[in-house]
Amino acid sequence: MVYDVAIIGAGIIGAMTARELSRYRLKVCLLERTNDVAAGASRANSGIVHGGYDPEPGTLKAEMNILGVEKLFRAAEELHVPCIRNGSMICAFGAAEEPAVHALYERGLVNGVKDLRILTGDEARELEPELSGEVSLVLHVPTAGIVCPYKLTIAAAGNAIDNGIDFYRNFAVCGAEKTDEAFCLRAESGETVEARYVVNCAGAYSDRVAALFGDGDFSIIPRAGEYLLLDKAEGGRVAHTIFQVPSAAGKGILVSPTVDGNLLTGPTAAAVESPENTEITPEGVETVKALSARSVPGVQFARVITSFSGVRASEKGGDFIIRTSERVPGLVHAAAIDSPGLTSCVAIAERVTELLSGAGLVLEPKAHWDGTRPDTEAFRHMNDEEKDAFIRENPDYGRIVCRCEGISEGEIRDAVRRAPGARDVDSVKRRTRAGMGRCQGGFCMPHVMRIIAEELGIPEEQVTKKGPGSHILTGRL
Amino acid sequence: MTEKHDIVIVGGGPAGLAAAVAAYDAGVTDVVIIDREEAPGGVLRQCIHNGFGLHKLGRELTGPEYAAVYAAEAVKRGIRILRETMVTAVSPDREVTACSREGILKIEAGAVILAMGCRERSRGALNIGGTRPAGIFSAGTAQRLINCEGYMVGKKAVILGSGDIGLIMARRLTLEGAKVEAVCELMSYSGGLTRNIVQCLEDFDIPLYLSTTVKEIHGRDRLTGVTVVAVDESRRPVPGTERYIECDTLLLSCGLIPENELSLAAGIPLDTITGGALVDERRETEIPGIFACGNVLQVHDLVDYVSDEAELAGRSAAAFVRGEISQEKTVTVSAEKGIRYCLPQRVHTDAGKTELYMRVAAPAERVKIVARDGERVLLEANRRRVAPGEMEKITLTPEMISGAEEIRVSLEAWK
Repeated sequence: MVYDVAIIGAGIIGAMTARELSRYRLKVCLLERTNDVAAGASRANSGIVHGGYDPEPGTLKAEMNILGVEKLFRAAEELHVPCIRNGSMICAFGAAEEPAVHALYERGLVNGVKDLRILTGDEARELEPELSGEVSLVLHVPTAGIVCPYKLTIAAAGNAIDNGIDFYRNFAVCGAEKTDEAFCLRAESGETVEARYVVNCAGAYSDRVAALFGDGDFSIIPRAGEYLLLDKAEGGRVAHTIFQVPSAAGKGILVSPTVDGNLLTGPTAAAVESPENTEITPEGVETVKALSARSVPGVQFARVITSFSGVRASEKGGDFIIRTSERVPGLVHAAAIDSPGLTSCVAIAERVTELLSGAGLVLEPKAHWDGTRPDTEAFRHMNDEEKDAFIRENPDYGRIVCRCEGISEGEIRDAVRRAPGARDVDSVKRRTRAGMGRCQGGFCMPHVMRIIAEELGIPEEQVTKKGPGSHILTGRL
Repeated sequence: MTEKHDIVIVGGGPAGLAAAVAAYDAGVTDVVIIDREEAPGGVLRQCIHNGFGLHKLGRELTGPEYAAVYAAEAVKRGIRILRETMVTAVSPDREVTACSREGILKIEAGAVILAMGCRERSRGALNIGGTRPAGIFSAGTAQRLINCEGYMVGKKAVILGSGDIGLIMARRLTLEGAKVEAVCELMSYSGGLTRNIVQCLEDFDIPLYLSTTVKEIHGRDRLTGVTVVAVDESRRPVPGTERYIECDTLLLSCGLIPENELSLAAGIPLDTITGGALVDERRETEIPGIFACGNVLQVHDLVDYVSDEAELAGRSAAAFVRGEISQEKTVTVSAEKGIRYCLPQRVHTDAGKTELYMRVAAPAERVKIVARDGERVLLEANRRRVAPGEMEKITLTPEMISGAEEIRVSLEAWK
């Protein structure tokens, strides 16, 4: 079979593009090098829906950001992914930094951001009492929000799969050959797929993927960002996402609630050699603590529950690369999607679809396309009476497996069954939050492993943390 | 579905079982234990080593045997144990909500005893640098996988933390054929019992590196090694002392944290040092009718002491149900120099003989524990040697307590 379109990379851009293409009568496949969607930057970023004041006017970033905000809120609603418009604040500390607030305000107006306001420090502290007393001027962006990036990716990919696209995991593309009518994409495993059009959304690997096609006119600079995630007891510390204006002290360290009720601080920004470099460094941790304490001094870092690092794919030009390849007809790049890529994801998916159409792909809408996905968190949001009735019909939901987050066996089985099904412990964690709480899986991991093994019909020794090579057990006693 | 019971106990581990039996024997027979696992016993079910019961039962048992003694006593009395049932909320007016395969159960309780135990500090909370591969376990998780599930977790291990679970697991891994390359301890002394250092490390030639921590984790899919580093007196890494140890497994035994999420949600004030509730001499929290005992209250050295404390809480809850409540005022008990915490944190002035439990801040020799009321010395107790890993206890008489305004406990030099 020859696919109409192959999408390389199941991050947020690939997943959203797959969903967008699933509207049409096309044979589409989504190829992912790891065991799950959202393996790269889409797993570990700030989860911010940016207002659009930051990108230089006239850039693709500015255009996609402004177009993307409302599209993202709508998609999140259709996919039942929590997306909260909590607003953001960009803080200046003293007179020297205040011009930056005015400059961002002006830029926001040019970009078309609505409802921007400049607040004095005291006005801002009325809205956000924990804000540092040193904050003197604030740009308030009420249209900004927060969303969980990997939940959005999982939901978008799942919705695309439900609408008929094929998902290939552990398919690391290592070769691309042009045949008469199509590209033949070869995976490291030896598996191949053929497709007439290819979309390159390979994130930090997108320059390497381009090179496989003989198209090497951009190169990605991987930049690592380290974060600290704090206990839900800290989640109410701030309501808005708190940024600082770029200064000598740093750029872009934020303090933000998450949609799950935790507090997120970070990221650092360090150029790294490899997209694989998601290491936590003591220096990074100290930087995050020091700089986030600058805007919100009351954060209790004793309540850190985990630290993580994500690699963003930047390009030296500084803008997104969304274009049809000049050298390779039928190849479309959606590359160098760093911030505000998450905010822009739906707009980018639509732009990619237009580019494919411009390259000759015929878009014929399906008669029956359903852009909604059932709420995977419905059980968690029920009241006790509703839960009681539901458990009587579905007893697995009454057996709590993850005590910190209150996740039941039924929800974990769902995570394995519902597309894109979880195949390892970390994938279950991202879908259900089992193992994501205070004990970080100390109690529930053995249960989760057993349930995965049962669902997949494999021995427990074969259950992995995050795909091939990451086995957890080394054998039976 | 709503039920009514005199006493509801949250947790069927050693604390919950002992509290239930004691409450029953004190005359309140309508006692229900709610436990999340498939069988009672709590963490003891995975502690298959011996050393339990020497103080309390006068014989040396394994963890499952010790739990079975108390479970049998509970069963003999007809005490109901709800299994695979998770308490999701306790309200300040003692309504307990629980969830199981049967649905949501609500119980109006005459008294509640919190006995949820503790959890282990995780890697995330430790902020160790490096990658995030498979092969990193908290020591208790590895213990469960090996002892209850029958799986091996690795072939070559490093253990961070020399608390008792870390020490026990060093021996356990060795007995199952793994090589334990090192046990690293951040502090300059081990937090474990001396007998465990001898029986679990020295007897197996496993090296213990004090003032040493894991700085970095290596490996993409499965752990390939760790970098360890020496630390100075202020626990800062000493540059140049880094050493790479090849291993496929890292066990973390870096402290236990009382599991007080239910207590916090119920509005029960906690002690910032113990992580457990603030209690009086009967183990009643600051919310009337809600009691706490065992490792959810303070992390104990031996299960025997958990049982003692739980029996006290069980008797107290029974007294509460019968309406026997002290009308006297309470005086605060506070820990001062050299003492990290002292429990109970308050006592009624009509209290009987009261044991104060405490941990010292640092190891010391030839010291005395001094209890004062204002400037007046109530009690002095000499100790040849003290360490944070061994809980200390002194006993106050009713005469000492009755006239007191505030009780302060400190550690002083032995003259």
